[in-house]
Amino acid sequence: MMSQPTNPHHVPHAGTELYDVRRDEVVVEPAPVEAQALKHGVLKRLVHRFSILGLIGLLMVAFWLLVAFIGPLVAPYKGGALTSTEIFGRYSAAYPLGTDYLGRDMLSRILYGARYTVGLALAAAVLASVIGTFFGLLAAVSGRWVDEILSRLFDALISIPSKVFALVVIAAFGSSIPMLMTVAAVAYIPGAFRISRSLAVNVMGLEYVQVARARGEGIFYIARVEVLPNMIHPMLADFGLRFVFIVLLLSGLSFLGLGVQPPNADWGSLVRENIGGLSEGAPAVLMPAVAIATLTIGMNLLIDNLRRRSRSHGGA
Amino acid sequence: MADRDMIEVKGLRVVAGAAPGPVTEIVKGVDFSVKKGEVLALIGESGSGKTTIALSLLGYARAGCAISGGSVRIGELEVLSLDAKGRRALRARTVAYVAQSASAGFNPARTIMDQVTEPALLHHLMTKEAARAKAIGLFRSLALPAPETIGERYPHQVSGGQLQRLMAAMALITDPAVVVFDEPTTALDVTTQIEVLAAFKKVIRELGTTAVYVSHDLAVVAQMADRIVVLNGGAVKENGAVAQVLDAPVDAYTRQLLAATRRPEAVLTLPPNLGKHVPPLLEIRGLSAGYGRIDRHGAPAVRVLDDVSLSIPRGSTLGVIGESGSGKTTLARVVAGLVDRARGEVLFNGEPLPAQISRRTPEQYRQIQIVFQNADTALNPSHSIADILGRPLAFYHHLRGSAAKKRMLELLDLVKLPAGIATRTPAGLSGGQKQRVNLARALAADPALILCDEVTSALDTVVGAAILDLLAELRRELGVSYMFISHDISTVRAICDEVIVLYAGHRVEAGQREVLAAPPYHPYTGLLVDSVPALKPGWLDARRDIVATALPAMGESADVAELCSFRARCPVRIDGKCNMTPPSLKKLPSGAEILCHHPVAELNRLQTVEATPA
Repeated sequence: MMSQPTNPHHVPHAGTELYDVRRDEVVVEPAPVEAQALKHGVLKRLVHRFSILGLIGLLMVAFWLLVAFIGPLVAPYKGGALTSTEIFGRYSAAYPLGTDYLGRDMLSRILYGARYTVGLALAAAVLASVIGTFFGLLAAVSGRWVDEILSRLFDALISIPSKVFALVVIAAFGSSIPMLMTVAAVAYIPGAFRISRSLAVNVMGLEYVQVARARGEGIFYIARVEVLPNMIHPMLADFGLRFVFIVLLLSGLSFLGLGVQPPNADWGSLVRENIGGLSEGAPAVLMPAVAIATLTIGMNLLIDNLRRRSRSHGGA
Repeated sequence: MADRDMIEVKGLRVVAGAAPGPVTEIVKGVDFSVKKGEVLALIGESGSGKTTIALSLLGYARAGCAISGGSVRIGELEVLSLDAKGRRALRARTVAYVAQSASAGFNPARTIMDQVTEPALLHHLMTKEAARAKAIGLFRSLALPAPETIGERYPHQVSGGQLQRLMAAMALITDPAVVVFDEPTTALDVTTQIEVLAAFKKVIRELGTTAVYVSHDLAVVAQMADRIVVLNGGAVKENGAVAQVLDAPVDAYTRQLLAATRRPEAVLTLPPNLGKHVPPLLEIRGLSAGYGRIDRHGAPAVRVLDDVSLSIPRGSTLGVIGESGSGKTTLARVVAGLVDRARGEVLFNGEPLPAQISRRTPEQYRQIQIVFQNADTALNPSHSIADILGRPLAFYHHLRGSAAKKRMLELLDLVKLPAGIATRTPAGLSGGQKQRVNLARALAADPALILCDEVTSALDTVVGAAILDLLAELRRELGVSYMFISHDISTVRAICDEVIVLYAGHRVEAGQREVLAAPPYHPYTGLLVDSVPALKPGWLDARRDIVATALPAMGESADVAELCSFRARCPVRIDGKCNMTPPSLKKLPSGAEILCHHPVAELNRLQTVEATPA
């Protein structure tokens, strides 16, 4: 994995703006103890169900999800706090991931940024996949006209490049968290629709769906019970890809300065802010990029494993 | 050395799975030998290891399998001790393989000639010109039409039977010492199968090739082979000359296989006639249906069924026979409401049945159930068997909880499946078991009519026979009616009371089951009946003389839509009549109705003469 500090509590931070360690311990500590006991049984099952790569992916994604939730609680410094006089500092005991262009602790910046990157992308990806799948299914199971109208509508949407679309919308309405989420979701709904529709159309042609139709089942039963379970795995794989694309889109937007606005920052903004340190090989520009990479790679490993497992399961 | 066997297989063992995981032996020490110029048949049901053994002759084991022991000698070569390069050379010159699905074996983007000559050119055995000349010679030997030019076409431009023969040409182009045929005719219609078999037999005889013929069909094997090896569960059950295996089988399994092939005809149990007032369960009058856009006259762009009429009395079984493309599956789909009809009426229980499925009543849904051919795609892979059977119970009978469970167990018992199967998903069942679940789902509705679309076609002979027995038993016990769709005359004969014969969407013949037993019948029915291989050696050779005679000449067709659809292939067509005027409906002495120009006496004469040499 990556070089993450093992335990921020042991870091002797000198002085300024120290996060309340005690409260942190009270809140967080009991949970891992319980989880550990629980995890032992779960872990064994997981190891059985996933391949090594899938397990690594799962760990990476779970790690970042956890960070998105408790990141600010365990961060050694407050997110926007200026803590050091050294800019583009190297790895040190006080600043495990160095400092950024203003001398802020990079580790804390990344821990705070995870909430934006993971949370926003997750919400947008869930929205895009759920809405896309819903309309795709609807188009496949209902008659020709509904299908035609929906398909042409989404084709029109798909013809607008997602980055340009995002740029225009954000330039027009300004950047806010709900706006970013909506833009990312809308940009990726047509793709999800296309894929779910073609999967559903394939399944609709199969004989068990014909049997259900001949039985007199309604279209919603057919969509929900007969079709959806048989396209859920490819859709999950697609969700993973879409999540990754959205992370990249949001990071790209932030890199252009249209994403999450300072002083808050997602990982894309962190890369942009610290781009000046690139020539020095500063950790400030490397580490957020590593964070983006581990999240996307981890997600892909996990999804790939899900897909493979479902296939071998189907073949058994 | 001269009398040494061409192929010698000793103690061959093949395992599936790798060493740390579970290993299953799928071929358990098989021995056999084939003399030069001999044709050996490997016969058995799916899972018997016949294809695995055939592939080991090429020194090949499928992914996940490994040859674990024994020896395979072809000529002077020890196949299993060869390295990768040696095996490649072996496959280039010595052993060739003809696969079951020719359409999957050809690249659709290249011409046939390119692909047929490819093995010779790839291994630098001939110049391009020599290979072409040789291919054309092979096309001629395989009785392909237009041998000079067929090579210029692309695979989609020839029929399935022709493609299968072209695949044989591809295998034979390098003059291999041994050819392995792996179920080459299984996917073909009976009428096509016989042409392909005749072509294979001719070319094998002409070239003196040693061949291994893999099949599950004893009757086909009886025509092709000199010796038969019967396999079951990866072991040799019987090994002997064709006549001995067919007439005096030693092994119990061989006898079982023979019994399943030679099905005794079921005793006809006509339901008691309840007087004239009871309308037939299903009556179809003048039905036309098809796919594509509907034109101004209400006819679809592609017409699949044309003016089809039939009736199924309560409790009886109607067989629908025809080759692929004859519209038999569309017929079932129209009755089930899955395909719209263009014209005609469908009466169910004397009441009109709405064409659109959405306009039918729940009672009509319940009474008509459809069972598809392919149980793999007819059962939802993500549902358990309990879910699959539970849904119709809840949907039609509002059964839930323990009542539904009880009924489900009854249904499983009815189709002779163990109760433990309920928690499994379809992936965990065998083909025969899946087909039983498929049937049980239809029975869960308590239907009056079950539309069986080729329900046994995808199954092995023995398993298929068991399903047919089950159908007959269910009919006796529950009084359901079937519309039994099949391309296989012998299964239709085994289960049906009445039969209709479809050709290109037209009902060319309809009558009692006996119409299939003896002439006179419609020329197409005649062709179908005569194309079913008989379970005796030499049948094909006798048949071939009949097939070889050219069709009578016929001029241009008049522009009349209702002309006999079979005229293009009819061996007894009449110029000036068949291509000019539509045939009229005639009644045969047996009570059957046919669409043909020939008078009954004439048909009888023609068909009895034809049948004598066979």
